[in-house]
Amino acid sequence: MSDRYSQLVNNPVGEFIAKNVGLPRPFELERWEEGQSPIPGKVLLGAAPGGRLTEAVASELALAEAAVDTPLDEEVRGAAAAGDLDAGIWNADAPSGKYRSLVFDATGIDDSAKLRELWAFFHPSFRGLEPSGRVLVLGTPPEDCKGPREATAQRALEGFTRSLAKEARAGATAQLVYVSSGAETRLASTLRFFLSPRSAYVSGQVVRIGKGSGRVPKVVWDRPLEGKVALVTGASRGIGESIARTLARDGAHVVGLDIPPQSADLEKLAGEIGGSTLALDITADDAPSTIATALSTQHGGVDIVVHNAGVTKDKTIVGMDEERWSVLLDINLSSEERINDALLDEKVLNEGGRVICVSSISGIAGNAGQTNYGTSKAGVIGMVDSMAPVFAKAGATINAVAPGFIETQMTAAMPIGTREAGRRLNSLSQGGLPVDVAETIAWYASPASSGLNGNLVRVCGQSLIGA
Amino acid sequence: MNSKTRPVAIFGGNRIPFARSNGRYIKASNQDMLTVAVDGLVERTGLAGERLGEVAGGAVVKLARDINLTRESVLGTKLAPETPAYDVGQACGTGLEAAILVANKIALGQTDSAIAGGTDTTSDPPIAVSDDLRRVLVEINAARSNVDRLKAVAKLRPGMPLDIPQNAEPRTGLSMGEHTAIMAEEWGLTREEQDALAAASHQHLAASYESGFQDELVTPFLGLERDDNLRPGSTEEKLAKLRPAFGGEGGTMTAANSTPLTDGASAVLLGTEEWGAEHGLEPWAKFVDAETAAVDFVGKREGLLMAPAYAVPRMLERNGLTLQDFDLYEIHEAFAAQVLCTLKAWDDPVFCKERLGLDEPLGEIDRAKLNQQGGSLAAGHPFAATGGRIVASLAKQLRENGGGRGLISICAAGGQGVVAILEA
Repeated sequence: MSDRYSQLVNNPVGEFIAKNVGLPRPFELERWEEGQSPIPGKVLLGAAPGGRLTEAVASELALAEAAVDTPLDEEVRGAAAAGDLDAGIWNADAPSGKYRSLVFDATGIDDSAKLRELWAFFHPSFRGLEPSGRVLVLGTPPEDCKGPREATAQRALEGFTRSLAKEARAGATAQLVYVSSGAETRLASTLRFFLSPRSAYVSGQVVRIGKGSGRVPKVVWDRPLEGKVALVTGASRGIGESIARTLARDGAHVVGLDIPPQSADLEKLAGEIGGSTLALDITADDAPSTIATALSTQHGGVDIVVHNAGVTKDKTIVGMDEERWSVLLDINLSSEERINDALLDEKVLNEGGRVICVSSISGIAGNAGQTNYGTSKAGVIGMVDSMAPVFAKAGATINAVAPGFIETQMTAAMPIGTREAGRRLNSLSQGGLPVDVAETIAWYASPASSGLNGNLVRVCGQSLIGA
Repeated sequence: MNSKTRPVAIFGGNRIPFARSNGRYIKASNQDMLTVAVDGLVERTGLAGERLGEVAGGAVVKLARDINLTRESVLGTKLAPETPAYDVGQACGTGLEAAILVANKIALGQTDSAIAGGTDTTSDPPIAVSDDLRRVLVEINAARSNVDRLKAVAKLRPGMPLDIPQNAEPRTGLSMGEHTAIMAEEWGLTREEQDALAAASHQHLAASYESGFQDELVTPFLGLERDDNLRPGSTEEKLAKLRPAFGGEGGTMTAANSTPLTDGASAVLLGTEEWGAEHGLEPWAKFVDAETAAVDFVGKREGLLMAPAYAVPRMLERNGLTLQDFDLYEIHEAFAAQVLCTLKAWDDPVFCKERLGLDEPLGEIDRAKLNQQGGSLAAGHPFAATGGRIVASLAKQLRENGGGRGLISICAAGGQGVVAILEA
């Protein structure tokens, strides 16, 4: 699991050699720690004229007690005041100060000529971005725009943020969040996720926040999942274990599910996090009904379902037998569909339910030797897309994460060439940790994330593969 | 006590030209300068031999022997020796605070006439000895025999230093310039806007002397006829060449857009309109209201010199006025940055809502109405003398304009601010 290259180039001798030879030097990413402020460091909040999100962002930043500066611009200052944000001043003509986060409301850009506002804000400010910095650009979904000019300009934001993510150094990341009109009140969890170390290994992503349904709940941010029941499949080890621990940290009662041979590990984990267990094979005919019954009788339903269980059975298509194909597809995709249907049909998923699927970069980019796996993980994306309106009707959401190279036992077993390529060929020049995937899932799971539905976020350090 | 207050008039003012530290006034004491300033005012107003209600004045940097500085100064003037006097101190707000104190007594009917003044010298500083050295010196002084005296002398050690007053905040150790540099950065000030304000200050004061406006306000002293910090030919271009003095290499504050240490004194005459009429004096303006404020700069909740930004809105509300209801603004230019930060704060929705609790920003002022006859950047700033200079100058401007309303704003060390309204 250890990344020896990172350790090597971050010791003084290795650092010297790497610097002079021009080898990549992965920055040690900062991860979330208990007791940290929700939005650490200073935030610079700017906006293009006519931005409709500035006040909402200012208000959320004020509630998170973030230290914020804004340009001395009448509109932005007015929005900050309206959001009750006691913001300091930043002057683009005399830029000074360092910022952990740069947040830009680009919703006012309704014509390609106005894209200059991006340059005007980031040209003087980007240099002041601190290590582990965060860039967040907020836009209007092009499909929601009033006319072609505005839609064109808003679509252009993607290229900007993805490029900025690639220019970012020292563990800094950049994302684009499209916020539909009427979704202004559903920003809180997304701001807190992307402006904190919780999103350490997420970069170059595009997220859509919609109007959602139901009222916006009051969230106790230290334990947003208090009182919630979370089912996590494949929970006994690796990413699944980290997901279970992270959801439990956030207050959820976790029901860990895994195949019976993993029972011992599963029980141990459940003991540590005060959760419950379900030892069964999700591909079994009666699995959906067993799960549904267990959740409704023992836990009064379920609030969060994380479809994490998955396997790889690599072979090129020519050498692949039918079993490798069929068993994998059933575990990685079909069983998830059956479980979803059962939970919906039997109304086991509570109001405000959150279904989160673990896809993969292989499902986006494809991978030689993984026709079966790539098919299943692309299918997961298709399931999220197609089921999003169905879950919305039930007052629930469904979203996916697509991990890139995550340091697990599975990746440790890879041949060195493939492993090093996976680790280095991303903007952060390193692999992620299981907790990076888990934090992303916890963000989707938050009751405050009601505006997130049908999203796919890669946890890949902006991998070059499938970008 | 009188239950009704009476209008308070300003009948004139006088000051000596301000001189840069360790220059022309190097041998003048605070008492010398205050005496000359008050005496000049007495002469201008024909009050020789009169007993005034009182004289209030002060100095920020003061020798230990100047316990009764203002009274001693009065005894040196042509005022009747029966004129009582007392010292006042509120750092750079001293001069204006003295005027507020006497104005209040006049308004309440406790006195009919008074002079408010102030003086300061940084050329004759009260150099003290360190606590260790002082203890030994006291012991030597108290010794009763030569043996005891020698024993005490033997306790003298090298490294018992002198204690020279510093232009620094005791609680932060930062100089006023360093504090203001923090404010300048917090408000994103540019070098250009600070230099422009400084150049305007010099140009306005130079024009003011040329027009004869200052003739009625300034009495020459020790051969100096005008403030010797004044550079009539100042332009933004010339000022742009100076190196930063505060805020490090990238700093925006220079020796020119900050006030230099200066020596000087000023005095203003206040009284009831009846008292003025009895003495053949025409009122220049009325002293309408005043307010003081302080900020928590130690806890870093606010910039050191931002207190006037808090004092003014409180005074405006009490008087039912807006920031735009003034014909003239006199904002003490301790630093160009102080003036600019204050103006930006009043126009900033966030500051006005979050810090001042206002629904709307106070808004902008017409910059053409600001420090029309020059400010402290040009004249210099002998701490306690600045209030008297500004009150007299504003009162005279209002009289010459045939009426109007003026705002005074002065920042002071310790995170304080003193502000006032004059009307004519």
